[in-house]
Formats: sequence, structure tokens, C-alpha cells
Amino acid sequence: MSSQGIILSGLDGDRTWRLADYIKRGGYEALRKIIAEKISADDVIAEVKKSSLRGRGGAGFPTGLKWSFMPRAFPGAKYLACNSDEGEPGTFKDRDILRYNPHSVIEGMIIAGYAMGCERGYNYIHGEIFEVYSRFEEALQEAREAGLLGKNILGSDFSFDLFAHHGYGAYICGEETALLESIEGKKGQPRFKPPFPASFGLYGKPTTINNTETFASIPYIIREGGDAFLALGKPNNGGTKLFSVSGHVNKPGNYEIPLGTPFADLLEMAGGVRGGRKLKAVIPGGSSAPVLPASVMMDCTMDYDSISKAGSMLGSGAVIVMDESTCMVKALERLSYFYFEESCGQCTPCREGTGWLYRVVHRIENGLGRPDDLDLLNSVTANIMGRTICALGDAASMPVQSFIKHFGDEFAFHIEHKKCLVPQDVQREGSKIYVA
Amino acid sequence: MLSPESLKKIDREIAKYPPDQKQSASMSALRIAQEEKGWLSSETIEFVAKYLEMPAIAVYEVASFYNMYDLSPVGARKITVCTNLPCALSGGVHAADYIKKRLGIDFNETTSDGKFTLKEGECMGACGDAPVLLVNNHHMCSWMTEEKIDQLLEDLKK
Repeated sequence: MSSQGIILSGLDGDRTWRLADYIKRGGYEALRKIIAEKISADDVIAEVKKSSLRGRGGAGFPTGLKWSFMPRAFPGAKYLACNSDEGEPGTFKDRDILRYNPHSVIEGMIIAGYAMGCERGYNYIHGEIFEVYSRFEEALQEAREAGLLGKNILGSDFSFDLFAHHGYGAYICGEETALLESIEGKKGQPRFKPPFPASFGLYGKPTTINNTETFASIPYIIREGGDAFLALGKPNNGGTKLFSVSGHVNKPGNYEIPLGTPFADLLEMAGGVRGGRKLKAVIPGGSSAPVLPASVMMDCTMDYDSISKAGSMLGSGAVIVMDESTCMVKALERLSYFYFEESCGQCTPCREGTGWLYRVVHRIENGLGRPDDLDLLNSVTANIMGRTICALGDAASMPVQSFIKHFGDEFAFHIEHKKCLVPQDVQREGSKIYVA
Repeated sequence: MLSPESLKKIDREIAKYPPDQKQSASMSALRIAQEEKGWLSSETIEFVAKYLEMPAIAVYEVASFYNMYDLSPVGARKITVCTNLPCALSGGVHAADYIKKRLGIDFNETTSDGKFTLKEGECMGACGDAPVLLVNNHHMCSWMTEEKIDQLLEDLKK
């Protein structure tokens, strides 16, 4: 964990997550400022818009704009939800935010609740990080006891309460409407949109869902101003961002850096490629983002616009690094199995298509590929994309298309010679147990 | 059917949601039931359904949809190893192979003494800690070298 940013800086691992530590770091000053200066909800949203903060969960949608979609004068309850259901292979930033700086998320959510007039919020936490869920519950209790949550916060007439809800092993619940279904105590199957959550969300009421890191950025924006946040990054890409670097690097972990930092610098921070081997490919934004070859990636800067121009997505900021010992067919097989396993089964193209993708990649990897298999894979992806309720089908298809596009020769070699282009012993050596 | 302690925990969960939305507590109620019983039998699921005033089928749908619920008996210790791509690049598959060898079982099998069940997991959101595994769903173990796996298995046998 290393930070030049605003969320993970000044932290000391497991020792500084409590309320008292957070207050020492300037915590809850933003909330106090809003209450003391009676800053209006509209002004809070205007400040967030000014910051150019874009959703940190993957889509990169402007946060201030999203907040302004909530109906102002709605009779009845409005809800807020935090998406901490982090299960996209490669992404592990929200876990560090929640376990090392949980109050930044709580403060961000209270401010969001104030700005949108929500009376209640839920933080949906990935089931596999249950220890983090338990800690978050403790942090909530601290906030409640300090009068920061509940009725008449800090003596004002603003009331807001916040609770933790855990997942229990379903990637699809990271999709915002599936997440709402799951909070309602149902199977996490995405809803058809429209209506969007801002008009029909949790329990059918207006609801806004943001990512953990998005909420954790809010206190800084209110405390220091939207302009200050924007200046940390680059135009249209405000702020610093957490990048989760995994795979073949010497120091895997989270790196909080300004948006617009060259990829080469991030790779160096992460200790460079392991064993002095050559970089082969990078998935820059979580397993759903198209893979990019090393040469393209080395010219990119880490921000939404640069990565998108290079043909991929910054997504959640999960950077999966693969060196020359990687068999790209095997790498894709692992990803395809994941989407096959995690498809919720609601839409036929995704339920059936992800199975086809996995089985065909699996047979290529195992020496049973057929000459027209690459055409078949491309045809299956074409029949999934855009034909499903949520984006999981697209997420399963984009890796397949991009792996074939950039590493088609390796797939063709597999099909023709019934074996990997990269020798087995090189693969084994490259991906053996590595602990920094 | 469930202990008073478990019911107290479930009541705490119910209180998190609006009074007319008791069913929102179904996920945590099933988790609490599984912690007590080890796995979720039809009887346990039906009990949870009655307690939350839900149709049993609705609770069964939840139990069968989320993969950390066990609908059949598992060993006293369930070990789930992540073998997804980022973990695999840092030895996740090797770690799983090592555990298989040590326990003499494959994925989805239980040792003959009923002590260990091995599962293959999907992304746990801790790729930087690879190899990663979970013990009984809730305890995450990071950076699992062969030595640390040996130590863990020893500790869990006690």
C-alpha cells in the first residue's frame, strides 16, 4: 500500500482505522463545515460537480451529475447505497479503504445523504471479506455513539442512518440493480433499466448507488474544495485514484496516485516485472476490460481518457500484469470460467453464451481446438453483446474479443499444434507461489 | 430450531431494515444459521423462512443463489482457494495443488475423517495478497506459501 493521494495517505495499516484517528487526520471536518455553515444541498452537489469526480466503481460516470438525478421533492423515503461488493478479478482497493479508513466512507455517505435528502443508507460489502464487514459495523457504532449518525446529526435537524449489509458470494451483486435486489433479500438478478434507481431503487424508492472509493473522496472535496480535488488529477479526470496492481510484479498492492500518471511509473512503483522478465500484456481496468499488449500499455497514462483511447477501459483501476511466461489462452480460460460461473442465468445469451465461451477456450487450451474455433468465439460474443439486461455479458465478451485480437497468433498456434506457444516449464516457473 | 443466541443476532439484523422489509435480513439470517448448524438443511431454511415470515421457496432461492451457503454437509473446516487469473499468476493454482496433495482430496471433496472440505473459489477481492484462501467463509488467509499452508493445516487440526 502506497499513497500520494487523499484516502490511504497517513494511515498505519490496522492501527489507525478508529474514529479518534480519523478525526486527528481532519475527519468529519467536512460534515461539521456543512452543518455549521448551513451549506445547502445544491451547493454540496455543485462542489462535487466542480471536482470532476468520476465514479470509481468502473463506469466512470460523473458523480455530481448522478447526484443531481435524484428527485428533490419526493414525498417519502429516499435511499443511498454504497457498492463495496468488490469481486471483479484484479480489484482489491475497496477492501483496503474499508479496513484502514472506514470513516472516510461513512462521512462521504452522510454528506451524500444530506445532499440528496436520503434518510437511510446501506453499505453492501463483499461476503468474502467478512472480517472487513465486522470492522465496518464497529466503525458505524463509533459514529453513532459520537452523534455523527442517527437523529439530529451534530445537533442539526438533519437525520441519517447507515447500516452494513453483506453479500455471500455472487459477483453479479456488484451490478447496481442486482445489489438492490440483494439488499431486498432476494436473488441478485439485475433489473431492467429504465426505470433507473434514481426513480425506482431500493424498495421502489429513489436511490443512488456509488462505489466505496467515490464516497471516500467526498470529504476531501467538501473540505478542500472541488477545484483542489480536480487539480490533483487532470481535466475531466479529477483527483487521485487507487490502482490495484496484481499479477507478475514484484510488489503487488494498492497504489493511490494522481490520474494521468504514466503507466510506466506505476509499474515501477509496483517493483517492476518479476524475475527481470519482459512485460507481455496488461488488463488495465479489471478482468472485464479489454487486454492491451505491452507496447500499447507502456505509452498510456492512467486516466479514463488515455486508456479509453488505447482501446480499453480504466474500469475500477485494477491493473493485472502479465509477463512473457504467460500463456494467453490459459489466462483467458481462467477469466471465461469466472464469467460462466458468475452469470446469474437470467438472460439466455449470457447464460448459454458464457458456457460456450468457456468450453471453446477450454478445448483450445487442452489441445482439442478446431480450425474455426476463433470464428465461433467471435460469433458467440457478437450474439451476447448488447443483448442482455446487464453488462455481465459484455464483460464476459470483451476479454475474449481482445485476447483474440491482440494475441490471435497464440490461439492459432494452440489450435494447430495442440500445445502452448509458451513452454509448460516456463509457465510454471513464471506463476509459481510468489510472496513479496 | 436455532439457538437463542442466533435468534438474537438475527433480530439485530432485522432491525437494520424498515419494519415492513423483514425479508432483507434473509441473507444474514441464513449466514447466522449456517454458522450454528454448519450447513443449511431444508429444515433450517424453512425455519428461517417462518421466522422472517417469508415463503420457504423465497429463502431457498437466496440460499441456492449465493455460493457461500452450503446446501449439503461440509467438513468441520471448509477451505476455499482462489484460482482466478490474478491469483493464478502469483501461485494460486500451485497453492491449491499443494493443499490437495496434503489433504489427499480434490476440489468439492471432504477428507474421510470429516475434518476438511476443499473448494475452488472465485474472486475474493484480495488479489494483491495472492495466494489467498478462506477458512469457513469468514477467515481470510493471505500470502499462502507452502510453509504457511502446512502451519494452517496443523492449527486447524487442533
